[in-house]
Parts: sequence; structure tokens; C-alpha cells
Amino acid sequence: MYDPTVARLTYRALLGRRRALILGALPLLLIAISLAVRGLAGADDQTAADVLGGLALATMVPIIGVIAGTGAIGPEIDDGSVVYLLSKPIKRPTIIYTKLIVAIAVTMVFSAVPTLIAGFVLNGNGQQVAVAYTVAALVASIAYAALFLLLGTISRHAVVFGLVYALVWEALFGSLVPGARTLSVQQWALAVAQKVSGGDLVTSDVSLTTATVLLAVVTVLATWYAGQKLRSLTLAGEE
Amino acid sequence: MAAEQSMQTPATAPGDTRIHNIGYRSYDGPRLGRGYARLSLYSQSLRGSYGLGRSVKSKVLPMLLFVVMCVPAAIMVAVAVATKANDLPVDYTRYAIVMQAVISLYVASQAPTSVSRDLRFKTVPLYFSRPIETADYVRAKYAALASALFILTAAPLLVLYVGALLAKLDFTDQTKGFAQGLVSVALLSLLFAGIGLVIASVTPRRGFGIAAVIAVLTISYGAVSTLQAIADVQGNGDAGTWIGLFSPITLIDGVQSAFLGASSAFPGGVGPDNAEGVVFVLFTLGLIAASYGLLVRRYKKVGL
Repeated sequence: MYDPTVARLTYRALLGRRRALILGALPLLLIAISLAVRGLAGADDQTAADVLGGLALATMVPIIGVIAGTGAIGPEIDDGSVVYLLSKPIKRPTIIYTKLIVAIAVTMVFSAVPTLIAGFVLNGNGQQVAVAYTVAALVASIAYAALFLLLGTISRHAVVFGLVYALVWEALFGSLVPGARTLSVQQWALAVAQKVSGGDLVTSDVSLTTATVLLAVVTVLATWYAGQKLRSLTLAGEE
Repeated sequence: MAAEQSMQTPATAPGDTRIHNIGYRSYDGPRLGRGYARLSLYSQSLRGSYGLGRSVKSKVLPMLLFVVMCVPAAIMVAVAVATKANDLPVDYTRYAIVMQAVISLYVASQAPTSVSRDLRFKTVPLYFSRPIETADYVRAKYAALASALFILTAAPLLVLYVGALLAKLDFTDQTKGFAQGLVSVALLSLLFAGIGLVIASVTPRRGFGIAAVIAVLTISYGAVSTLQAIADVQGNGDAGTWIGLFSPITLIDGVQSAFLGASSAFPGGVGPDNAEGVVFVLFTLGLIAASYGLLVRRYKKVGL
């Protein structure tokens, strides 16, 4: 199910040349902001939870997920070089599965690790805030990577749709319409984080059971459907 | 190739050979020249920003964002007319700040379509084989995206203004607010277009361009508003004001609350005063000039 060559190529496509800079700039900024906040406000659990929840989990993780998830397959389909990969005797679901693993790994490294560091900088993991948000980032990485990888195989405008989902649906609708929160990767990840922290600093609108079931269903379904999409892929010209 | 040339060189001694004249004539009519080429590039880019002259698929997103931008304005006008309110529910200057997510998405999606495809399909050298120069290309693209953004941000203001006049709100008051709003969105269009194009012109991949632009715009806003909120809680309002310099949307907010009579969206509602506002204006103009300079520098060398 896992093809090392495809994995190596995908890593190079994601992290090669200047792309690693975009991915690396965001985590660095998060850590810089945490340092600034710590300097300005001192160690405070509520502030730490606000920064990690508002900046790391709500903004940084989805954006890195979009870049890694769609970047793992989108550009190849876009410039047509995916046919060279598809013409090799490798199963299409294997290609998707391998690319998913790579996308998850990249998203986790570039989002969960800085979240943990930022959490320790902000309040030294008081009330388990840092660990809770790191777990949330890890869980969200899996779902986001699967979801955005699927988008990458469906649409040429995958990045835009991914961003619309992450920024408009989760952030804007989520804050206005309570029902939208049930269908948000961010809230599912928060439900898991709530269980980890045990305190009342990290809260979610979704119960843990619903969240885990939905997370698993979304990840598996998205991966399966992406494999199906790749089996019947048609290459279109540039608009 | 080399062998061919060495064979041909002795044969083409001067006077020995003659190309048969089959009657082609060179064009000696009037040529439209550099200005016309620049204008064409501008109008094509502007049309392209709304998907006009492109496929149906590429019309969907810009048109959708345009509608999303205008619908809340129409609803506000309807509410103001129905309830016979004395004032519009939102200031002209505040509207763009509230709708910043839509504006950011528009810049992020259209800046790369404007410049990245030229890089990817290596059409930039073809442009420069025409009478236009680097500065012409940059000016045309910059002006086109800024105009597209101005249309996007000014249209809802126009809806608000017309609606306000139909609702018989105070004419001078509304006109003043409308004019201030227009100045503010013009500045915002220039700033956002500059930032978007500079980032998009670095990558030939449209997807990465979109992600990079949106990352710069939203992360900088997220970071700045977080820091401002914390500075406000700490009772350090001054620091909060200066932090506003570091994200495009708070920069515009600062400029308009200092000079254009807007109420600030900064935490605590205290924007920069006039002296601080001068710094905000200079910073904004500096950023616009810097993005123009960077673009010109970027296209000195064609290709990647």
C-alpha cells in the first residue's frame, strides 16, 4: 500500500526549492508571536489557550493542511505530469494512500511541532494546554490532509475551495451559525483536545464520540473517493 | 546543427546567392505603438480578473465573490429603508474591514491568475518582444488588479449610497461618508494588489501563489489582532496602535480612523491620532511604492 518512490517524489514536490520556505515561515511566525506575547503579557493560561486556539489551530493548521494536501497531487494534475506516474504499474489507491501519508506527515511536522513549542513558550504547558492543542493539531492534520487531497483530485481550484472551507465555513459560519460547528474539522479536533486537557480552557461543541466517528469517516471516505477519482482521471487543458 | 552550418557557410559567399523574391511585402502602415499595447494589456488583465473573455469555470469564483461582497450591502439598505432608520447600520469606511475575508480571497485567487500563468507558459518573453517594456508590463498588471479590486470594494459602497439617498437620509452627511469610503477603498485596492502581485510573481504555480497570498494576509491579520487584544487587556493601548502597522487591513483601518473619520476596529476602539496617523499613511504609501519597485525588479530578468 505504501510506495517509497512515490513518497520520495511527493516529498520533493512539497518541500523542494522555495516551497519549504512558505511552509516554514508560518510556524516560525507562530513561535515569534508566542515569544512576543510571553514578553508582553507573561505566562497566562487563558492567553495561551487564546493564541493557540485562535492562531495555531484555527488559522495555521488549515493553511498548512491546504498547502500540503493539495500540493501533494494538485500541481502534478495541473501540469499533466501525473500521467507518467499513472502509467506505471502501481495501483491508483496506492498512489493516493502514499501521498496521503506524506501530506499528513508534512502537515504534522509543520503544524503540531510548532504548536507544542509555542505552547511551552507561552505558559510552560500549564493545565496541559500545550499538549492538548498539539493533540488537536495532530488529529486535525490527518483529517485536513485527507480532505484537501481529495479536493486536489476533484478540482483545479482546489486551493481556493480548501481555503473557502477553512476560512469562510469554519471561521465565519462557525462563529455565526452554531450548526455549522458540528461539521467542522476544527471542532472535532478540539473535542479530542478537550478530553486530553480535562480542564475548561479547551472546549468543543461536539461530543467526543461524534467527533471521533466523524473524523474517521471523513478521513476514510475522502481517501477512498480520491482513489476512485484518480482511477477515472481526465486531464483537461488550461482554461 | 553545427555540421549543417559549417556546410552552409562557404556556400553563402556575398553576391553568390539570391533569395527568390516571391512577392511578400513588409507592413508599412501606421503602428499603434507602446501606449496602445500597454492599454490592451491593462484592459485584458482587468477583464480577466472577472473571468470575462475566459471560460465559464473561471467566471464562477470572481463573480461569486463580487455577489457575496454586494449582497450584505443590499440587505443593509433594505433594512434601513424598511425601519426608516436615521443612519445606515454600518459606516462606508467600515464595510471593507468587515468584508476583509472576501477581499483577501479575491486578491489571492486573482493575483496568481494575472501573473503566474504568464510565467508558467513562458509568455512573458513574448510580451517583451512587443514594444512594451518592463515598467509597462508591471504598471498594466498592477493597475488592472487594483482597478478590479476597486470595483469589488466600491460597488457595495455605491449600493449603500444609492440606497441611503433613496431612503432620504441626510444628503451632505451621506456624500461625505461615501467620498471618505471611496478614498479608503482606493488605498486598500492599491495596497492589496501590490502585496498580492509581488507574492504571486515569484511562483509559476497558481496553487502555491494562492496559498502564499492568503497566508500572508490572514496570518498577519490574525497575529496583529491577537497581539492588539493582548496589549489592550494589558492596558498598553499605545503598543497596540503601533502593532497595527504590521498587517495590511489594520494599516488601512489606522489610516481611515486617523484622517477619514472612521471609527476604529482596533480593540478598545481607539485608533491612532493625527500624528500617529501620518506614520500609518507614510507606511501605507511606502508599502505601495515598495511593491511597485519589487515588481519592476522582479521583471528585469524574465523567467524564473
